[in-house]
Order: sequence, then C-alpha cells, then structure tokens
Amino acid sequence: MKRTFLIVLLIITTCFASATTITICEAGCDFQSIQTAVDSSKSGDSLFIKAGVYKEANIIIYKKSLHITGEDGTIIDTQNKGYGFSVEATDIIIKNLTLRNIKISYTKEYAGILLFKSYDFVIQNVTVENAFFGFLIQKSKDGEIRNNVISGQGTAEADSGNAIHLWHCENVRIINNDVRRMRDGIYLEFGNSSYIADNYSTENMRYGLHFMFSNDNIYENNIFEANGAGVAVMFSKRIKMFNNLFKRNWGTASYGILLKEINDAELKHNVFEDNTIGINADGTNRISYFENVFKNNGYAIKVHGACYDNIYTRNNFLHNSFDLSYSGKLNSNKFENNYWSNYTGYDLDKDGIGDVPYRPVKLFSYLVNRTPESIVLLRSLFIDIINFSEKVSPVFTPENLIDNKPLMHQASW
Amino acid sequence: MFKILKYCFFDLMRSSWSYVYFGFYLLLGIMLLFLNNDLSKAVITLMNIIIVLVPLIGTIFGVMYYYNSKEFTELLLAQPLKRSSIFLGQYLGVAFSLSMSLILGLGIPFIVYGLFKSNAIWDFSLLLIVGVFLTFIFSALAFNIALSHENKIKGFGYAILLWLFLAIIYDGLFLMSLILFEDYPLDKVSLIGTMLNPIDLSRTLIILKLDISALLGYTGAVFKQFFGTSFGLIISFSALLIWVGLPVMRIIVKSKKKDF
Amino acid sequence: MVEIKNLHKTFGKNKVLNGVDLSINKGGIFAVLGPNGSGKTTIIKSILGMVIPDSGDITVLDTNIKQNSEYRKNIDYLPQIANFPSNLRVIELIRMIKDLRKQTDDDVRLIDVFKLQPFLNKKLGTLSGGTKQKVNILLAFMFDSPIIILDEPTTGLDPISLIRLKELIANEKKKGKTILITSHIMSFVEEVADEIVFILEGKIYFKGSIQELKNKTNQMDFEHAIANILTENHV
Repeated sequence: MKRTFLIVLLIITTCFASATTITICEAGCDFQSIQTAVDSSKSGDSLFIKAGVYKEANIIIYKKSLHITGEDGTIIDTQNKGYGFSVEATDIIIKNLTLRNIKISYTKEYAGILLFKSYDFVIQNVTVENAFFGFLIQKSKDGEIRNNVISGQGTAEADSGNAIHLWHCENVRIINNDVRRMRDGIYLEFGNSSYIADNYSTENMRYGLHFMFSNDNIYENNIFEANGAGVAVMFSKRIKMFNNLFKRNWGTASYGILLKEINDAELKHNVFEDNTIGINADGTNRISYFENVFKNNGYAIKVHGACYDNIYTRNNFLHNSFDLSYSGKLNSNKFENNYWSNYTGYDLDKDGIGDVPYRPVKLFSYLVNRTPESIVLLRSLFIDIINFSEKVSPVFTPENLIDNKPLMHQASW
Repeated sequence: MFKILKYCFFDLMRSSWSYVYFGFYLLLGIMLLFLNNDLSKAVITLMNIIIVLVPLIGTIFGVMYYYNSKEFTELLLAQPLKRSSIFLGQYLGVAFSLSMSLILGLGIPFIVYGLFKSNAIWDFSLLLIVGVFLTFIFSALAFNIALSHENKIKGFGYAILLWLFLAIIYDGLFLMSLILFEDYPLDKVSLIGTMLNPIDLSRTLIILKLDISALLGYTGAVFKQFFGTSFGLIISFSALLIWVGLPVMRIIVKSKKKDF
Repeated sequence: MVEIKNLHKTFGKNKVLNGVDLSINKGGIFAVLGPNGSGKTTIIKSILGMVIPDSGDITVLDTNIKQNSEYRKNIDYLPQIANFPSNLRVIELIRMIKDLRKQTDDDVRLIDVFKLQPFLNKKLGTLSGGTKQKVNILLAFMFDSPIIILDEPTTGLDPISLIRLKELIANEKKKGKTILITSHIMSFVEEVADEIVFILEGKIYFKGSIQELKNKTNQMDFEHAIANILTENHV
C-alpha cells in the first residue's frame, strides 16, 4: 500500500517537475539552437525563443507536445534549405515569431510550418516572409490559425505555393490572417467543418480562397481583393458564405467567386464589386442567394448549364454591365424581390414592388456569348433598341427567366 | 479669326437657342440627380444622352447656323479677311458656344449636388470631355455638309441622315458583320470599326472607364492590350483628334474653292 | 484700277462668263448693266473674290487677287440684300466692322446724314428693310477706299435718302474714286453714270459713255437704247 502510494507520488512529482520553460537565445542561455532545445525538451515543456536571427531549417518536433513562443524580433531564417518547423504532435503551440526564406521546390512542398497528424494545435502571430508554402496542414484536426501574416515572392503559379493549405483536416479555425502574393491564399482540400473568418487575401496568383471536396464549412467577413482568379468553391456541400467582400478580380478567367458542383450552399450579405464576373456558377444546386450586393461588375452572375433549384432573393444588382448571363436551359431557378438598377418599371400601388416584371437577361448578353467581339458595342443606342424589342417580345432569351416582383428600392438589412 | 470667333460666340450666346440648349441640360442634370439620388446611375444615363444627343444637336445647330448667317458671311467675305479665318471663326464660335452650354448646363447641377466630394468626378469629367469632342466633330461635319449644299432642305436632310447613320445604322451594320464573320478572328476588326465612327469612339472611351471589368472578360491579345493598358485610351483620344482635324481641314479646303 | 483678262466661269452646266475683258483705269462712275443672268453679279463677285473664276486674271490696284484677301481693304462693297445677324445691335455691327477692318470716324457723319441715331441700340432683326439698307450704305461708305462697288444701292430707300445717296456718290466721285454700280433703275443710272459697261451672254457687249451708246443704237433716249440692244439680240 505504502509502496503504491510512493509510486503514484513519484509519477505525479515527475510530471510536475518536467513542465519547465526552456529559454533559447543567441548567446548566454542554455541553448543557442532551437532544434537542440526541442531535442532536449520533454512533452509539455515550453520553449521561449528570445529575439535574434536563428539560421535553422527543418526543425523537427516528433510526438512531443510543446508550446513554442518567440518575442518581438525572433526570426528563424531557413536560408532556402527546407521547412521551418516540421511537426507531428498533439497539443502544439507556435506563437510570436517570424519565418523567412522558405525553399522553393518543384517536387516537395516546403512550408514555414508543416503539421502532420497533429491535433489541438495553435499557430498564432506568425509571420512568414518569402514563403513557398506558408502553413501546410495535413491530416490534422481541432486547431486554430490566427493573426498570421504570410507573403510570397513567386512570379508564376508553378514556383509558388499556398499560404494556408489544409489537406484532410477537420474543425480548424482560420481567423484574421493576411495572405498575399502566393498561389492560393487559403486552400482547403478535404477540409471539413472549418470556420474561416476575417481574413484578408489579396494579390494571389490563383485564388484568394480555394475549396475542394470540403463540406460543412463557414466563411464570413473575409475580404478577397484583386486575386488572379478570385475565389473558387468546388465539389463541396453545405458551405455557408456570409458577409464577404469580393473585389476587383479582373481578367479573362476572373470572377468574384466560382461555384462549381456545389450543393446546398448559402450566400448571404456578400458584396461583389468591380469583378469581371461576380459569381460564376456551374453545376450548382439548391443554393440560396440572399441579400447580396452586386455592384459595377462586368457580369453580376453568369450561370452555366445544369443548375437546379437556385433561389435569388432580395439581392441588389447595381450598375453591372450585365446583370445575368445564362447558357443552357433554365432549371427551376427563381428570382424574386431583387433590386435591379436597370429596372425601368413603375409602382402604381406604392407597395415597393414594381408592377412590371423584370427580365435580367438581355439580348445583347446572348449576342456577346455568341460573338465575344461584339462587346465593343456595349451601351450603343442600337443595342438599346434591340434589347428593348427583345424585352417586348422575347425570342432569344428564356421567357420564364424573370423577376416577377422586382423591388423599387434597394433592399437593406 | 479670333475676332470672328469672338463675334460669333457672343452672337450665339445671346441667341435663344443657346438658352434652350443650356436649359435643357440644366433640367436634365437636375432631374437625374435630385429625382434619382444616385450619382453612378446618373452618370450612366447621362452617357447615353451625351452620345446620342450631343451629335444630333451639334449637327442640326451647325447646319442651321451656317444657313442662317449666309448674308453675314457674305458681308464678311467682302472685307479684307481670309476665307479660312471667316469659316473657322464661325465654326469655332458655334462649337465653343455649344460646348459652353453643355458644360455649364450639366456642370452646375452636378456641382450643386456635391460632385467634388464624390469619386464620380472622373467619370463625369470624361463625359464632359467626350461631349465637347463630339460637339466639335459634329459641328465640323455639319459645316462640311452645309458648305457642299446650297439647298437648305437638302443640307438638313443630309445632316440628319449623317447623324442617323453614325448613331444607329452604323452599329447595326457593324453588329451584323461581326455575327456574319464570327468564325474569323475579329478583335482587330472590331476595334478598327469603332475607330471609324466618332460616336462609337466616344462610347469606347466611356465604357473603358465604366465597364472595364466586363471588357477585360474577353480573350484575345489585341483586346487585352487595348482595354487593359493605357494604350486604348491614347489611341482613342488620338483618333478623336483626327476626327476633329479632318473635317476642319475640309472646311478650309472647301471654303477656298466655294463661290458665294 | 481694275483689270480683268479673259475671265471664264461656269456654274454647273451654265456658262456664265465667257471670256470677259474689262479694264477700268480711271476714276468715275461705271454702271454695269445687262439682262438677268447675264453675269453682272458674277463679275462683281469675282472682283470681290467671292466667286472663284475657272480661268482668267483679275488685278486690283496692280495686285493679282488670286489667293489674296488683303487687297479688299481698298474696296468698299454694298451688297444687294442687306441681311445682318439679327441678334446684333446697329451700333455693335458698326463697331464690329470697324474692328475687323480699320478704325474710322466717318460713321458719325453718316449716321447723321441718314438720321440713324434712334436705331443705334435696336437689334438688326427688328429694323425695316429701308433702315437696313441705310445701315448697309453706311457700312459701305465709312471707310473711304479708292474703289467702291454698289450692288442695287437704291433698293428700299425713301426719296430723301435717295437724294442723300446720290450726294454721297457724287462726293466720292469728286475725290477721284472708281465706283462700280449695278442697278435696274435706268433713270438713276442715266443720272449718275459716266460710263456704261453692258454685259450680254457672259461677254462685254459695250463699254463707253451714255452718248456713245445712244449713237451706236440710233436712239435718242437711254432706256430705249438699252431696249434696242436687247431686242436686237433676241433676249
């Protein structure tokens, strides 16, 4: 009995005694090298890295739960030799430090921080400069990535990686990060039940945000500005997109957001401004577009074939060159109670709803689809005349594509 | 020339037509802004009006002024004045007074509305610049027509026809040929097509500003260079200058050979 | 003073001037006469540079007028129809022409001669035909140039103004100027003209004094002499 008690006591004391803080600095402490410190630490230890430039790469943390913290001016320069941290552990925290000069490779995905099969992780206040990949997170779950700044120098898609890249992850919160000049700002492949909010993603060569095969995610209050191709959400289910701003995505294959093979998603209170295409929808079903703003886009919405049961309500379409372009058949999609700045009807009974239905598809958009060069005739009087005659008696545009209750004033919320 | 310009200008500034024109734009500006309360929408509506109406008014007014001041012209011709300065003076008098009515008529309501505080000011200035260009181009074309036709009715007829052609029919033919030859690369052709019509040219300048996001949606290197860089802007402005220059040159040449 | 050599002009298919030679070397009043469509106005307008001849040369005061506009400061011209910009006031028009040509004080005297003071601040569009013609005359006479061309100067004038006009013309003649007049009023021509230039079918048919014309046609009276030319030539 006494013996068992002693053993228990021994175990407890050992445990408490082991939770120590190890300090690393350039000179005068126990450790000058982070890797050496990691190697001599025990699971549960804290590592404090004092300000200074540490020329280390490929710092490996294997099955040790560590809390690593830097201070202002803690810089790890990997000198283009590989990863910054390469981690496979549970309960891992990396905070307050800068990683620099991540190696560019065409065969391996070098990242500032690589997490593999890691659970309960936190990456916070980390700056990655000259990144190839920023954070590469694989087969991990229950983590938080917050307040980080990641920027790259890549010039082409081939020699640049993604800022925050999740692969086979679950329940990760990506909040308030600033990602720019990478390939994709934030990329989720097989990433489920995650929450992405308040991020700013800009000047990325491909997508500001990119979803592939990722279900049940929410992203809100993000700003996606001037990315090569905008935001792409593909092959995913039950995505909620709220309050995001999609801005200035210009180019031949550019859009605010691309929705491809998406089911049961919800778009609410998003703003699409100055994009070549606001929303490019291709094979989307049961999507609700509610109270979004489309302002000064080339096309507010471009719908390709095979889109079923989409509902557009209370959206504001303001001064877009084209409000809507439709190719293929209209498949039980519904437009109702939207505000169209091009609407010219009247409201005699003063109920705020126009008495004349609105047809968002113009003959001219049909012509431009057929002969793209005819775009140079945009806003010509002749085009207005043929649009008008088409409005009076539709021949080319789908007859049932119609907003029967257009709003007289912008919807507000 | 400047003396004649001065007299024509003041003569026109006192004529009731200038007031009608000025009043029309004033009313239009006020209606658009204060009934609509949406500056962006007002600018777009204004663009449609400027592109269609300014050429029409410039043509009609130019032809009318020429025929109405025939005796005055003859009085001037007997004076020791060069023919070119007489006609250029009259032409510039018409063009300046029309431009003045346009700028003041639209400018005043927009300034009252608070244009300077809004970022629509560039769109608006561009509209006015294009409007002034169109005024100069179409009054020059009108003078050309009037110089070539002694018969007033014929002159008016040709002037209206010219407007109708450039404002509407040209675009119709243009669109038809684009659709007809859609199997061929057309981006260069379509850009050249817009250069050949001053109304299309002005429209291009304005959509470069208002609809740039839509214009950038098209493939084709020529389009990309034209719309994506300042190249398009420079080319369009140069073409507009040529469009003013050519008819003015013809006024000079034609007036030297004409009998009165 | 005015020298015209082999002047040709065609309007469309209509040959108006067919080799006109005319030389006026001295002062005096020359009446240019001829039936309608004979080319009177075309000759006058050619001298003024308003009609560009197909061929031939015109010299005014030893200057060839081709591609030239300065020579016109030596010519005062009274056009046939007095129609001015209707928005201008009379005084403004006078000032404008002075501004365009040169400064002169003669206008004050002429305003007095034709009693134009009450109209000075009226717009030209509101004036009667006669008053307009007075303004027209004023503009033509105020510059004191060596050559004066008057195209139907008597149109619309009341008797008093007509007398004043004749006085004016006589005055200018005294100064030794060359004055070209066209008119349909034969009595007026007979009264003022020193020489007749008669134009027929685009050519100078006769040039000489009224007496010579009478002699040539064997008529006692000027009007009949003119009528005689016309009937003999089947016009």
